[in-house]
Amino acid sequence: MKASYEFKPINVGRWLIWGIFAVLLLVAPQLFTSSLAITILSQIGIAIIACLSFNILLGQGGMLSFGHAVYTGLGAYLAIHALNAIGNGWYLPVSMVPIVGGIAGMCFAVLFGFVSTKKSGSTFAMITLGLAELVFAMSLMIPEFFGGEGGVSSNRMVGKPFMGISFGPPIQVYYLIAVYTFVATALMFAFTRTPLGRMLNAVRDNPERVEFVGYNTQLVRYFAFVIAGFFAGISGGLAALNFEIVTAEVVGAARSGAYLLFTFLGGATFFFGPILGAVMMVLAFVLFSEFTKAWLLYLGLIFLFMVMYAPGGVAALIMMNLRIASFGHLGKVFGAYLAMAGAGIVAFLGASAMVEMIYHLQLTTGEGSTLSYLGTVLDAKKASSWFGAGFVLATGLFFFEVVRRQYMQQWDEIQEEIEKEIKRREAI
Amino acid sequence: MEFFIISMLNGISYGLLLFMLSSGLTLIFSMMGVLNFAHASFYMLGAYVGYTISKITGFWPALVVAPFVVGLMGAFFEKYFLRKVHKYGHVAELMITFGLSYVILELVQLVWGRIALEFKPPEILQGPAFTLINHSVNGLQFLWGAAPGEMCQAADAAIRVVCSPFPATRAFMMVIALLMLVSVWLLLTRTRIGLVIQAALTHPEAVESLGHNVPAVFMLVFGAGAGLAGLAGVIGGSTFLTEPSMAATVGSVIFVVVVVGGMGSLSGAFLASLIIGLIETFAIAFNYSLGTLAAQLGLNLSAAVQQSSVVKLTLSQVAPILPYLLLVLMLIFRPKGLLGNRDA
Amino acid sequence: MTALNSGTSNYALELKDLRKSFGKTEIIRGVNLAVPAGERVGIIGPNGAGKSTLFNLISGRFEPSSGDVILNGRRINGKKPFEINRMGLSRSFQVTNVFSKLSVFENLRCSVLWSLGYKYTFFKFLADLDDANDRAEELMTMIKLDKKRDVLATNLTYAEQRALEIGITIAGGAEVILLDEPTAGMSKSETSRFINLIKEVTVGKTLLTVEHDMGVVFGLADKIAVVVYGEVLAYDVPEAVRANARVQEAYLGSVVADAQGAGGTQGAQHA
Repeated sequence: MKASYEFKPINVGRWLIWGIFAVLLLVAPQLFTSSLAITILSQIGIAIIACLSFNILLGQGGMLSFGHAVYTGLGAYLAIHALNAIGNGWYLPVSMVPIVGGIAGMCFAVLFGFVSTKKSGSTFAMITLGLAELVFAMSLMIPEFFGGEGGVSSNRMVGKPFMGISFGPPIQVYYLIAVYTFVATALMFAFTRTPLGRMLNAVRDNPERVEFVGYNTQLVRYFAFVIAGFFAGISGGLAALNFEIVTAEVVGAARSGAYLLFTFLGGATFFFGPILGAVMMVLAFVLFSEFTKAWLLYLGLIFLFMVMYAPGGVAALIMMNLRIASFGHLGKVFGAYLAMAGAGIVAFLGASAMVEMIYHLQLTTGEGSTLSYLGTVLDAKKASSWFGAGFVLATGLFFFEVVRRQYMQQWDEIQEEIEKEIKRREAI
Repeated sequence: MEFFIISMLNGISYGLLLFMLSSGLTLIFSMMGVLNFAHASFYMLGAYVGYTISKITGFWPALVVAPFVVGLMGAFFEKYFLRKVHKYGHVAELMITFGLSYVILELVQLVWGRIALEFKPPEILQGPAFTLINHSVNGLQFLWGAAPGEMCQAADAAIRVVCSPFPATRAFMMVIALLMLVSVWLLLTRTRIGLVIQAALTHPEAVESLGHNVPAVFMLVFGAGAGLAGLAGVIGGSTFLTEPSMAATVGSVIFVVVVVGGMGSLSGAFLASLIIGLIETFAIAFNYSLGTLAAQLGLNLSAAVQQSSVVKLTLSQVAPILPYLLLVLMLIFRPKGLLGNRDA
Repeated sequence: MTALNSGTSNYALELKDLRKSFGKTEIIRGVNLAVPAGERVGIIGPNGAGKSTLFNLISGRFEPSSGDVILNGRRINGKKPFEINRMGLSRSFQVTNVFSKLSVFENLRCSVLWSLGYKYTFFKFLADLDDANDRAEELMTMIKLDKKRDVLATNLTYAEQRALEIGITIAGGAEVILLDEPTAGMSKSETSRFINLIKEVTVGKTLLTVEHDMGVVFGLADKIAVVVYGEVLAYDVPEAVRANARVQEAYLGSVVADAQGAGGTQGAQHA
């Protein structure tokens, strides 16, 4: 019995955000209509589910997994086999194929998770790495299941068309993905508000204390692992439908590493962080990689600096600035942000000029040593080009550091003001 | 018989190489709590830097200078990068070393290209250290260096002669590994700095409050670990291949080694390295599969089963995954590892 | 052996010839103790005597090398901490051990979930668990942190964190409570307020408290156990312990004389 009556107003904010999310998913392909855009949007939806499932482990549970692609990948494999089975007469609506992937992911998580979650921390990370290597190595050994070098392919139009939906045109696949993305996101968000979800957070914060309030820490981790595996499998199943082919790289270390990198970049400490990370991941792989061969290097460097200076990822940066904006202080640091962005761009230009010159020397011997870079001509063999680039880089770094120090001071002052304001409000 | 001896020595030499790497990893982990994901990347750097230096000065100076250079790089990374994330916990430390491994891989590919390089060992190490000759009549003979051609050919069809050379590079690998092992052991147990390191292994705060500069010790240990990995890289790169994927191939195996041996246990890492080295080497030599085993046992398998890939897989094909199978088995039956005592 | 698992006993907690060695060093050297239900025991002793180790043995953090720990008539040595907790024993820690990134309210709610039977469920929403939410609110008011409901645990003051620590400890309704130096690091006024808090929240429970502040111990405890070098030298009412010659020789010595001279509960600083 409640001691008193509580007035619970409808949480307008929450309904608004979910509404906007749904509308975005619905409307995006109408705004970006090219076929490249549709494929990007589809991949983003798939990636959102994968990264959110990864964050159940990382952000919510404090478990660093280097082998998440095992579950998305094995889900994809089982889904594509299911698709082929449908083609051979097995009855299942094509739209349910991702669920097959989800169940596969869940079953493998039950199997592998039992061994993985026996340990925590760095040891757990190494175990996930070892298992991932095991699965990847086996993928070349069992062609019946993994399809050998060529992988397993299928055709998503094998099912009977339902109300005109045959899943032939990419736009139809996109909308299927959009529905799954919305539902999966909602379910994973709901998970954070359940006892298991909250105890998972407690395990992340203080695994030992959890035992002393009656919970078996290992079981909490294991159950969370299985749930993450389920959603990972769904993501894999959707990928199988989208690409109609599954090859061994879906369980590879590069894929696992990408999930880790981008979920962290997006922000592991907020629920929506991995969503940002997923968007960044797809854009980086599809678009960024076209701009420069050195994109992986830049990505690695960005990741390094994020771990050092912004471990909460982009999501945390946004939320921190929203916080100071709500207290009216955003204007003070806006100038610093602009200056740092400018200096950062200058430094980047210098560094990338050097990188491009190196690549040019590496890969195009025989064509001469000049290359055009953003309108200027650089000679990779001339010291002047190198000094020029180095100078630009150094200048950019120098100014960046100068502005950064001032910014840190300003930031600290603002934090103090906010603390005072909070205390003032408490006293009222 | 000679096959067994040579394979044994090959396995031990590979195991010792693994130990050179996993010992540095274990030391860094025991002392700083950081599992250095980029450890195999330092191995790779050692090979590439060694290659470049050897092109200028020859192999032997490179053997000394390259590990030193890699060690400096490691110390630099510890001081300016790793130290900054210490306050965020072990997960963040593992992630920054993960990021480092990416960056090192890309930088290596940037500077040296993506194709394998020919890192030749010096003249004296090319060719066999010794050769075992199994003569069906004369028995087993041992010869230093290479055996002359006539000795390896049978005089007539009734006699069987098999010459098994043991590569000098492998022998050198074992020598260096053992030297390194002994000197690290001596350093840790007999010198003052070694005692400080040992103490800081388990009680860093206590050691710091006694006045020792623990951050400097950390930098030293991380740099030394990287340097040892670099040394292993010079040897590994000249014995095997020097290519961008060398970090990945050996990287995951050394993590298996430290988990199987027991996190934080040097002797466990030693044991696990040898075991895995021997398993891999011997497995590659065997062409037996489940199918041949069934045939030997007299089991009659249907044609369909016989053709399935699981049954057709030979031990030599499965060899790469054996360390990971060992990992899984160890975790099921003895989660703390062979000689582990820390609960990570 | 059956008697040890019968579930009925006169004592809430019994330690029988409990020993613990780390390597070759024996830290706990044969401790015998029998605490009746509802009793408040203060555990005192010099630093390094093994008091925290004793707690770790009882609560399942360490496994005894030999001997028995019996909780309400059931043997619990070798059981995992969560098993022991479910059997009705809870403890606090000397170094504050809370869920740092969760709010005060969430900390307390996490601590009651198991005792209310919610286990590993992911089909119910926390917001709908009225009993858990009400109990968490109740606890918050008891430990006087209701004004800090949504503050992250890591942002609380030290004394507030200690209060939260107590809250987490008693949340599950355990009958036997172990408090490891609850007032460590507090000022005089904070300490006396905190002791009153402890008294309020542990009414009717069996309480074992490790303490260094003699004033606290002599005022709070029904009985005192003196632990020196891994053994219990005395286990008796405070006056008897003060007068015990062995105890005086080994530990209290002039401290007790000072405390007696100054009125018993004032200014008694530990050796």
